[in-house]
Amino acid sequence: METPIDLKYAKTHEWVRTEEDTITVGITDYAQDQLGDVVYVELPEIGREVSIGEAIVVVESVKTASDIYSPATGVVVAVNEALGDSPEQVNENPYENGWLFKVRFTDLSDELVDAQEYEQYME
Amino acid sequence: MDEQLKRTPLYQSHLALKARMVPFGGWDMPVQYAGVMQEHQAVRESVGMFDVSHMGEFRFKGSGALAFLQSITPNDVSKLKPGRAQYNMLPGSEGGLIDDIYIYCIAPEEYLMVVNASNIDKDFRHIQSLLSGDVEFSNESDQWGLIAVQGPKAEETLQPHIDVDLSKKKKNSVFFAELMGFNVMLARTGYTGEDGFEVFVKAELAADLWDKLVALGITPCGLGARDTLRLEAGFPLYGHEFNDTLTPLATHYGWVIKDKEFHGKEALTGQPVTRKLVGLTLEKVPAREGYPVKSGGELVGVVTSGTLSPTLKKPIAMAYVDVAALGQDLTVEVRGKEAPAQVVELPFLSK
Repeated sequence: METPIDLKYAKTHEWVRTEEDTITVGITDYAQDQLGDVVYVELPEIGREVSIGEAIVVVESVKTASDIYSPATGVVVAVNEALGDSPEQVNENPYENGWLFKVRFTDLSDELVDAQEYEQYME
Repeated sequence: MDEQLKRTPLYQSHLALKARMVPFGGWDMPVQYAGVMQEHQAVRESVGMFDVSHMGEFRFKGSGALAFLQSITPNDVSKLKPGRAQYNMLPGSEGGLIDDIYIYCIAPEEYLMVVNASNIDKDFRHIQSLLSGDVEFSNESDQWGLIAVQGPKAEETLQPHIDVDLSKKKKNSVFFAELMGFNVMLARTGYTGEDGFEVFVKAELAADLWDKLVALGITPCGLGARDTLRLEAGFPLYGHEFNDTLTPLATHYGWVIKDKEFHGKEALTGQPVTRKLVGLTLEKVPAREGYPVKSGGELVGVVTSGTLSPTLKKPIAMAYVDVAALGQDLTVEVRGKEAPAQVVELPFLSK
């Protein structure tokens, strides 16, 4: 499993890339592997106000639908529209093309951990 | 909790193939190996195989076996000749089903019944309670490994390794053979909508046979692909489309009920059919089991199984819908939003 060291991780298996006041969020390599083939991603609307821990995305695999939680409080400023036509990017490239949404945040979850701690948590 | 899950004779083989294991009807079963899509495609286009050893096998022997089976099932078992298999059901006393089953006629006075894994104990008690006549009835579930080899290339893949001419064995045939040195019973049956064989082998030999089949290049498939395949083929699954309270008359499997006497007939045929099992297709978002079906904002039904069809590349589902609402515009409520749904003929995929 790949766990890039420049990212932060939630124990609910989201990864977080922080740039100034905005975060980009996706699901980890481990999470996509557990889900299996992703066939549909329901993304939030741009402009939606979200809170830490709120379920704002649903990732559907062949077998099941799974909630993805916002690791920040703020406003959704971008979503990965390309997943509409190619949801499999979540499986194939979870840390780049498979990103889910961006939030301009006022508050970040204090439960995010670094790559090493996430990997330990996975063991 | 894991300690309580039962294991098939192929459990170690699944671990060796790095399958993802999940609890299923009390069993620790592989849900997928390489991935549901890939496994599904192998069965549709080539050949794949499933461990279905968790299913149960009951044997009925004796001069009263046929009469007894006739008396507890709605399909006409007297039509079943030695070497043939028949789909059938076990109706309860209340109008629903105890189980849906397959009956194999091994010899004139000998039948094997294959039942769903999670129903083995319930079915056994039910049959035991009705037992009458000269019938020797036994539960052989622990003695058998069962491997379903399925797909358009099933016959050509097995033919060089078996001592019978498979081209002469029609659908629903049952026969004994030697397959790669193993004495097995094969049935030309399956649950995927494809041609294929279900291979019964002694439990202690099942892992060796499985490994040899893997070596032939047959793709190991998990329960995930089994579910998407059976759903595309429009096959009902016990616990989803059938249960103790749902009548098969509301499904496209009413044909099983023949004009004869059998246990539970009055309750089964006497109930009014207010809901029908239908096929639904949606545009983008998959409908899942339990999602409400609506018409004009009113609740008119419920989804019993749903997935994204790997072959059709769109969401498919089965649902019980009020007869009165059929013909109207339907939606499936997906997380609070209504997604338009079209009623379509089953199966979704016709071969």
